[in-house]
Amino acid sequence: MSERITLQVARYRPERESEIQFESYELPCPKEWVVLDGLNHIKDRIDGTLSYRWSCRMGICGSCGMLVNGEPKLTCATFLSDYAPGPVRVEPLRNFPVIRDLVVEIGDFMGKLARVKPWIVRDSEKPLSEGEYRQTPEELDNYKQFSMCINCMLCYSACPIYGLDPHFIGPAAIALAQRYNLDSRDQGAAERMQILSEHDGIWGCTFVGECTKVCPKHVDPAGAIQRYKLQSAVEWVKAFVLPRAAQ
Amino acid sequence: MTQNTIYTPYHPRWHRTRVSTYWWLARGSYFLFILRELSSLAVAWFVVYLLMLISAVSKGNDAYQQLLHWSGTPFALFMNIGSFVFVVLHAVTWFNLAPQAMVVKVGSRRVPGFLIAGSNYAGWVVVSIAIVALLFIQW
Repeated sequence: MSERITLQVARYRPERESEIQFESYELPCPKEWVVLDGLNHIKDRIDGTLSYRWSCRMGICGSCGMLVNGEPKLTCATFLSDYAPGPVRVEPLRNFPVIRDLVVEIGDFMGKLARVKPWIVRDSEKPLSEGEYRQTPEELDNYKQFSMCINCMLCYSACPIYGLDPHFIGPAAIALAQRYNLDSRDQGAAERMQILSEHDGIWGCTFVGECTKVCPKHVDPAGAIQRYKLQSAVEWVKAFVLPRAAQ
Repeated sequence: MTQNTIYTPYHPRWHRTRVSTYWWLARGSYFLFILRELSSLAVAWFVVYLLMLISAVSKGNDAYQQLLHWSGTPFALFMNIGSFVFVVLHAVTWFNLAPQAMVVKVGSRRVPGFLIAGSNYAGWVVVSIAIVALLFIQW
């Protein structure tokens, strides 16, 4: 294993350049270092102007998503030694505007996320005296996989449909909508269906499947979208065959 | 949703990378996806060919023999063999994706994906054997 490795890091300094430039940095490559450690080393020891997002360093916060050799990855969970002898190319997430260096603008995603109401919607709350809303382990299992999403946006970066059509609401937002639809305490499925059954919702997805492949938490957003499509189609048939029952 | 779309505001200092026209060549999985999408044209061709066959049969033996003769031309062979390959790709990719879209439960346990895909393949084999048997059974 090589003791040093070269990181080719995308730099975009809007006050200086109009296009993304790559700068190479030679770093130590201990086997326990992840790409984020490499970026922190650059920031601390070589060039303090490098900008990037990070927080927890343990694959929970979803802040440090970047392209590593063209693949959307959490840089805190991607070992440098896996890319030895290098070079390793680090770029900002694809399909998002770049604000500076490796920092992308995520307002579009945050807006879409809020639109699908990713919280428990109740028609009416039961009195506190009746206690909490209990669930069986089976009811928890129904949605647990989709609740693992950490909003890292790697799926948006991998999705060519989102790149081509920014109106598409996108994989993570739909997976999170499904997470709440499948929750036994939730009563907001019909509200979400109205939003997601539009063209820019679930039907915008053509099932490339890359979102599921890059998801660091094995959420399977592509599966969530296809299940939603099936559900939407069944609802449509029900409304067509039994118009009164569907109301 | 389109009416409610909130566009990301233009910011002169943000860098936006244009998606290349050839984005589908960037990765093997993107290329396979495009081939899968294109395979719908092959399905459409088989529908057209079936309609031509029905039309020829309804017109009588001469028309049917004429279609059989045309079907042996290089163009028709190219279309049918090419379409067959694409339709097989269409079926295989569709069956492989089925477990992601279908959640089948027996009691409280979810049926594993390979069983859902496997049952699709088994159905495919059974129907294919039935069709081949129909062709070779002397009525």
